[in-house]
Amino acid sequence: MTPTFGLVVNPVAGLGGPAGLRGSDGPATQREALARGSWPRAGDLAERAVRALLARRPDARVLTAAGPMGEDCVRAAGGVPEVAWAPPATRSAVPWSGADAFPSSGADAFPSSGADTTAAVRAMGGVDLLLFAGGDGTARDVLDASPACPVLGIPAGVKVYSGCFAVSPATAGNLAAEFRGETAEAEVVDLDEEALRRGRVGPRLYGTVRVPAARSGLCGRKTGSSRPDPGSADAIAGEVVARMRAGARYVLGPGATTMAVGRRLGLDTTLLGVDVVQDGGLVAADVTERRLLALVDGGETHAVLSVIGGQGFVLGRGNQQIGPAVLRKIMSSGGLLVLATRDKLAGLGGRPLLADTGDPEADALAAGHVPVITGRRESVMYRISPAAEEFSP
Amino acid sequence: MSGHAQEPFAKLPVAPKPPLRRFHQARWDEPIIFEQSRPGRRGIAVPAAGVPAVEPPETVRRARPPKLPEMSQLHVLRHYVRLSQENLGVDQAVAVGQGTCTMKYSPKVNEAFAAAVGELHPLQPVDTVQGVLEVYWRLERMLAEISGMHRVSLQPASGSAAIYANVAMIRAYHASRGEGDRRDQVITTMFSHPSNAACAKTAGYEVVTLMPGADGHPDIEALRAAVGPRTAALMITNPEDTGIFNPRIADFVDLVHEAGGLACYDQANANGLLGVTRAADAGFDLCHFNLHKTFSTPHACGGPAGGACGVVERLEPFLPAPTVERGGDGYRLDTERPQSVGKTRPFLGVTPNVVRAYAWIMALGGRGLREVAEIATLNNNYLMDKVLRIPGASAPWGRDRIEQVRYSWRELFEDTGVRSEEIGARAADFGVHYWTSHHPHLVPEPFTLEPTESYSREDLDEYAAILAHVADEARRDPGLVRGAPYNQTIHKIDPTPLDDPAQWAPTWRAYTRKHLS
Repeated sequence: MTPTFGLVVNPVAGLGGPAGLRGSDGPATQREALARGSWPRAGDLAERAVRALLARRPDARVLTAAGPMGEDCVRAAGGVPEVAWAPPATRSAVPWSGADAFPSSGADAFPSSGADTTAAVRAMGGVDLLLFAGGDGTARDVLDASPACPVLGIPAGVKVYSGCFAVSPATAGNLAAEFRGETAEAEVVDLDEEALRRGRVGPRLYGTVRVPAARSGLCGRKTGSSRPDPGSADAIAGEVVARMRAGARYVLGPGATTMAVGRRLGLDTTLLGVDVVQDGGLVAADVTERRLLALVDGGETHAVLSVIGGQGFVLGRGNQQIGPAVLRKIMSSGGLLVLATRDKLAGLGGRPLLADTGDPEADALAAGHVPVITGRRESVMYRISPAAEEFSP
Repeated sequence: MSGHAQEPFAKLPVAPKPPLRRFHQARWDEPIIFEQSRPGRRGIAVPAAGVPAVEPPETVRRARPPKLPEMSQLHVLRHYVRLSQENLGVDQAVAVGQGTCTMKYSPKVNEAFAAAVGELHPLQPVDTVQGVLEVYWRLERMLAEISGMHRVSLQPASGSAAIYANVAMIRAYHASRGEGDRRDQVITTMFSHPSNAACAKTAGYEVVTLMPGADGHPDIEALRAAVGPRTAALMITNPEDTGIFNPRIADFVDLVHEAGGLACYDQANANGLLGVTRAADAGFDLCHFNLHKTFSTPHACGGPAGGACGVVERLEPFLPAPTVERGGDGYRLDTERPQSVGKTRPFLGVTPNVVRAYAWIMALGGRGLREVAEIATLNNNYLMDKVLRIPGASAPWGRDRIEQVRYSWRELFEDTGVRSEEIGARAADFGVHYWTSHHPHLVPEPFTLEPTESYSREDLDEYAAILAHVADEARRDPGLVRGAPYNQTIHKIDPTPLDDPAQWAPTWRAYTRKHLS
């Protein structure tokens, strides 16, 4: 059967990076980036992905958006684009002048807003897999469209912390070509760029999308399995529950794996919120930092955290409720239970897990080696490092 | 003959060979032996015994005869010769591509010695098998000398069975001290052979794995964080599967000892260590060898291969029983070992492999063993130098390697989209085998090469030339590489049945049930 792919390119993704702007959200930033000599590169990166895809699946159909939002890339990669969405013809929202920046397209009707991405994604609901080129902001726009199909990010933005991106454009194309319908959940996170420019990292988890389940190998297996084990989250959750101690409180951070812990306990915990459980019961769901601070004040308390995104954040991404004061209480009375599959840890390429609550002193309390629970009766000792040391904005 | 490429007649003198072999694998399209069965066909017509037939008692008689294929001798022989041709092993190919598994040459003369013990019955009285017991005893003493350990058991039938026997001894040791329940964790490393984690987990332990640090060695700070009153043992390979030797290994052992745990050395592959260093020198309490990885016996794919467990004196009571003992009046079996972990397999061990390993060591002598390690290391470093000249190939963590290297095609993959396993499938078109890595793939797009002492400089040149050629093909024509193999017995296989219980079929019975009914 002919596979059908969607492609949506955010043509302004990545503009701010070379200009040192830590992001490209908003027309003012985009104008500034161009003034500093940046040029749009998302189209080139998307073209690389499409080229890799078509090399393996020359029979693939590619539905895309008009002009620099995808059509141009597909054509440049030697494919035949099927334009499924075009921006309103009246649009003239280009925040800059200078047509040189877009040699392949007319700059007059250049779409640049998140609403365009969202609308384009909605127009491609029926595809087998939707590729989008951009960064975390683009991923949020894709998420806003509630795509019915699995998606995969082509990394082209400045901030690429979300777990829904492939490691390189060519890998995105290859993964798409190999996609056979098996999916996994991946997080969409984004930083507050304004805060980041002021020197503070204030990101959050926005939700999850379905992505192709990564496949790490085909042959040469003496041992082990290369297929993602659908039971791994359950196995990890089972181990967490087995380690839970009577009378102790457990703060469950956001994420699919921590939610599996709640499910294992038969509790209605939240995917995106922070919940507190004790002795098999739900103490509080979706708590704020202030409420949490009151709940951890007292007896033994542990935090159960999943690794958010591809960058290894365990604190400060999507779980800001576990702020510095909460973390201090937890580190003095219990500790951290970090959850990840072995493949996820391997994907970090040796980089440490990161803590970034906004308070380097509190982050330092969480630093050091922790056993990361990777399955039933198994863990990997892994280093948590304060983000301020590894990644200074 | 239009439409077919015309190959010229081969003429004398024989034309010079091209740099790479124009290989083509045998393709017999051979049916499974069960499909070749014909009712009533026999290998041997057994003459009438001349004595009255005896009906076995009901209690031992099977209700239905076994479903064995009925074949003539010629057809059985032909079947297995054909299968052996559709193969890539040490006896046909430059088999340096299965790093961590160690494919070395097994001298054929040793087969004659191994065949000689095939006449023995495992239940023969001890006084009629003194010769083979002496071989067991002498091989034990040699492996004790090589490892520095006090005693060695040759009972395990494979390397993993030896690791399991070591875990069983670790468990028995702590239980004997009343700490069995408390010490419930085994520490290993990500690049130790995964059988260490698997055996520990099978034996009921919680497994704590250490990741490599920035230098590629397991992170000693992670070990410091992991050891404690729950530590039963550290089970570690060194050099690890990367080929990197951990120079602080004695510190690792000390940390574990300070916490009251035991240190167990996976020396399955001791090819870079023979005569150079010993498990006991770093303070280990237990170790194991795979006779097939280091001492040249057949691999046998999960047994019967051969494993050997070595222990220090304080662990001797826990060795598998029986042990072979030498007394004034010859050799005997000691079955009165109350603290023993018991048997790991029936009878003494895989005797033909014990004989092969003994013959191999005797042929080399002490200096010869050291030379094995030196040549294996030299060969590996020679091959590494050639491989790292191939654009797109790299070796994370530098060039300081012992007997093998886990390389990466990351750069080639990023440039071309061609994956490591696709390189391997294409390399098979030139008559060599290739392997990637255990999981998870910490080294991206990995491949693991181990030349051992068996291969010549020309062999290594040929292997490196094949990799260079295929990597170049990946850049010029990635589709060609991804479509490989072309010159093999079969084309691509669907790997999903290997991971799917509903599909996998290690026996004909399972295959019939899952796929033919």
